[in-house]
Amino acid sequence: MTLAPLTRTRRVIVCCGSGGVGKTTTAAVLAMEGARQGRRAVVVTIDPAKRLADALGLEALSDTPTRIEGDWPGELWALMLDTKSTFDSLVFKYAPSNGQAEGILRNRFYRNISTALSGTQEYMAMEKLYELHEEGGFELVVVDTPPTRNALDFIDAPRRLTRFLDNRLFRWLMMPTRVGLKAVNVATRALLRTISRVVGSEVVQDAVAFFQAFEGMEEGFRQRADKVLHLLSDPATAFLLVTTPRADALEEGRFFAAKLEEAGIPVEALVVNRMHPRFARIGAGALRQRAASEAGTELGGLYENLADFTQLAEVEEANVAELSERVRPAPLVRVPFLPTDVHDLEGLSELGKYLFDSDGEPAVLGGG
Amino acid sequence: MDPARFCSQSRLVIVAGKGGVGKTTVSAALALMAAKAGLDTLIVEVEGKTGLGTAFGRGELSYDEVELAPRVRARTITPDQALLEYLEDHGMRRLSKRLSNSGILDVVATAAPGIKDILVLGKVKQLERAGNADLIVLDAPAAGHAVTFLTSARGLLDAVRVGPVRTQAEEVLELLTDPARCQVLLVTLPEETPVNEATETAARLRERVGVRLGAIVVNGLYPPVRGLDSAPEVLAGVPDEEAEALRAAAAFRRSRNELQEEQLGRLADGLELPQLRLPFLFSPELGPDDIDALASALTDAVGALETAS
Repeated sequence: MTLAPLTRTRRVIVCCGSGGVGKTTTAAVLAMEGARQGRRAVVVTIDPAKRLADALGLEALSDTPTRIEGDWPGELWALMLDTKSTFDSLVFKYAPSNGQAEGILRNRFYRNISTALSGTQEYMAMEKLYELHEEGGFELVVVDTPPTRNALDFIDAPRRLTRFLDNRLFRWLMMPTRVGLKAVNVATRALLRTISRVVGSEVVQDAVAFFQAFEGMEEGFRQRADKVLHLLSDPATAFLLVTTPRADALEEGRFFAAKLEEAGIPVEALVVNRMHPRFARIGAGALRQRAASEAGTELGGLYENLADFTQLAEVEEANVAELSERVRPAPLVRVPFLPTDVHDLEGLSELGKYLFDSDGEPAVLGGG
Repeated sequence: MDPARFCSQSRLVIVAGKGGVGKTTVSAALALMAAKAGLDTLIVEVEGKTGLGTAFGRGELSYDEVELAPRVRARTITPDQALLEYLEDHGMRRLSKRLSNSGILDVVATAAPGIKDILVLGKVKQLERAGNADLIVLDAPAAGHAVTFLTSARGLLDAVRVGPVRTQAEEVLELLTDPARCQVLLVTLPEETPVNEATETAARLRERVGVRLGAIVVNGLYPPVRGLDSAPEVLAGVPDEEAEALRAAAAFRRSRNELQEEQLGRLADGLELPQLRLPFLFSPELGPDDIDALASALTDAVGALETAS
């Protein structure tokens, strides 16, 4: 099994999975393979570990892609998502005038959106993906998803944000004189008074000022969000599920798989990082017996050790098989537990071997 | 240190760390250790994850407490639930329904960042004050978010000048910064990135929150096993293929042990906190037996701590 057809033919690859399973690294390896195949590829990372960021030449948040030089026929670019500046440029794009855009950017409520409104980071990741795909001239865009606890927030995020910007309650507030809405208004005002009492009126004023400034831009945002969603469900887009064989990560993996299925999006590949190696073909049970018969000796310890890893590999393999069955016919790619974190391009290349050259069978490293 | 004493240092213990390091497992093991030492314990889950129920062989948790084991109860607290309860307690029951339907909480949460976290922490504070349990174990959100979560009180004090939310934030901050009432137990793995992140999280929590850092739990250490460095003769008489497998597995464990030692050293250099080391479990199922084993290991690790601290 190999992921080469995906990086060769797809335009967009979304890597999803829970936090700490190696999503960012996987995304970087995929984009690098795209470059090796001669494509113009870019990887959008959300929150890379420092050494990986260094490996990709990303020292700070930058909303524009940086080119990574390397020995490949295509091009490899990388960027680290800057939620706020991505949002800022959207505001400039849809504001009727620069003056209005600047007014919005100064608003305190607006400044909080990029850090405090849940789902904003997810949405901006998808927005960036769309932008790079549509306007950046990239043939392959690989995106890492935020380690969100609300799995698949990023599919829901564009809609949620537009719903938020379109909050009816605040829209009523902004047209106090319009006939017919008066009754609503009385109730709304009471609600608002209560909220002011609880959090203070300045907070509410900030919000009202923001929604006033935003008036008229919702439509543009909504249309954009629809296009982003459309791209996510396009056949040129592939979703990859990244996980590790530990119980909690697999549990999250199953949850993601179910959510994707609900959204009508197929999982195109399952990548399992940090698999423990299997050293022997003999089963763990038999090895335990040998360990027991040699108990207390060095040889017994060696059998104990081999039994430990064999048992682990057996359980991991069984757990992974179950998830793999769930996302059939998506290919399963196993990446072994590696001694060090990836901190340079060479490390990424090494990883690439498992994603692109493996035969899909669990390896047995020892003899027996 | 005696486990009962360790668990009585503060009524609230916040378990924090990067995703995937085993926070939930450690929370469960800590609660079980406390319960076995005779303390009535409550675990609070704030992210709606399912791991905790599974660890004790139960299903999902709810806003209402459930008993997971003798003297171990657990519940969830989410912002929406906490807000509804707050409003109902303050005679605004009618409002609460409208609020939850209109998406207004999202608007308010954006206007005053951290308000959701304060709703959750405010509820935890209420439980702490009410003496709901001898020990409350809070399974905090994953690392980056844990810092945001715990700094929410300070942030809100800047944004909100008056009203009950401000009072709430003040009281939460009082709780977080009082070492006799609250401490953070960091969790990490003996691996490069988790060690870096734990060190950073510790620094940020000290600077920005001023919360007491109790100890750091290092999860997933390979337990010692005999014979890893044995002479080749030990394998005399073992069939070739099997001997090869034994050698390869031993070499793997030796190299992992070295890497873990190196990371433990880096952690000790970067962070002056007592380390509580927990073993790697070769059965990756994490059921009740595993939690039991981890609770015993934690008890041993705590037992080895100096009482002076």
